Amino acid sequence: MVPLSYYLALSGILFACGVTGFLIKRNIITIFMSIELMLNGVNLSFVAFAAHWHALSGQIFVFFVMVVAAAEAGVGLAIIIAVYRTRETLNVDRVNLLKL
Amino acid sequence: MLHLILFLIFGAICVAGAVNLLVQRHPINSALSLIVVMGSLAVEYLLLGAEFVAAVQVIIYAGAIMVLFVFVIMLLNAGEEERTRGSRVALLFGIPGMLVGSVLMGWVLLEHSGTEAVPAGALPGFPKVIGWLLFHHFLLPFEVTSVLILIAIMGAVVLASQPESVQQTKKEG
Repeated sequence: MVPLSYYLALSGILFACGVTGFLIKRNIITIFMSIELMLNGVNLSFVAFAAHWHALSGQIFVFFVMVVAAAEAGVGLAIIIAVYRTRETLNVDRVNLLKL
Repeated sequence: MLHLILFLIFGAICVAGAVNLLVQRHPINSALSLIVVMGSLAVEYLLLGAEFVAAVQVIIYAGAIMVLFVFVIMLLNAGEEERTRGSRVALLFGIPGMLVGSVLMGWVLLEHSGTEAVPAGALPGFPKVIGWLLFHHFLLPFEVTSVLILIAIMGAVVLASQPESVQQTKKEG
């Protein structure tokens, strides 16, 4: 028996780690991975609440979040490849012009 | 009791992986620690009885998405990230804002979430039940996500393919 607040605390820690990584990281791929970490933290709280309130829709929503994350990863990584092709850098500080 | 111990062990692995993601400077190390986070999260889902979600977590997240990440890191030959100085505005407002946010979140967690325990495996999310729900109550969102995936595939192909002018110059040169 694990208290609900433990699950929520773990999910909060994961989300906070994701936000911190998003803010302090300079590599565009690592920033993208931080977003995935945030999504994972939210998924954990979805599943914990689903078990708490005996509603399976929480788990269905996790499934939808994963689908959206997969689509987002595909498009995002394609954008990263396109950015690298035009700028030859992965550092977000050097990607500061709208037009080359 | 066993559940609590398992939860604590894999929760610690999870947090360690997440912190390692922040500390590492090479993207490939960050990607591998993210895989550790996702694997231990799958165990947490199993503890909650969500079998389908745990399997999908391993297959889609730890499998497909992370392979894509590692593939792109290798394709672009991403090296160590260079440190640049952050902006002063971020220091002035970001750190106090983060402190306030975390204190608020901790307070809400402690005060309002209650201490009732979530019984392990109380809500068995068997694939059969999930599939029934998915194709009855959530049929429309399910179909919409398939369209979303299709759009994402086309977007990825268009974005990642080289523009024609570049291809022509490469052929000539």
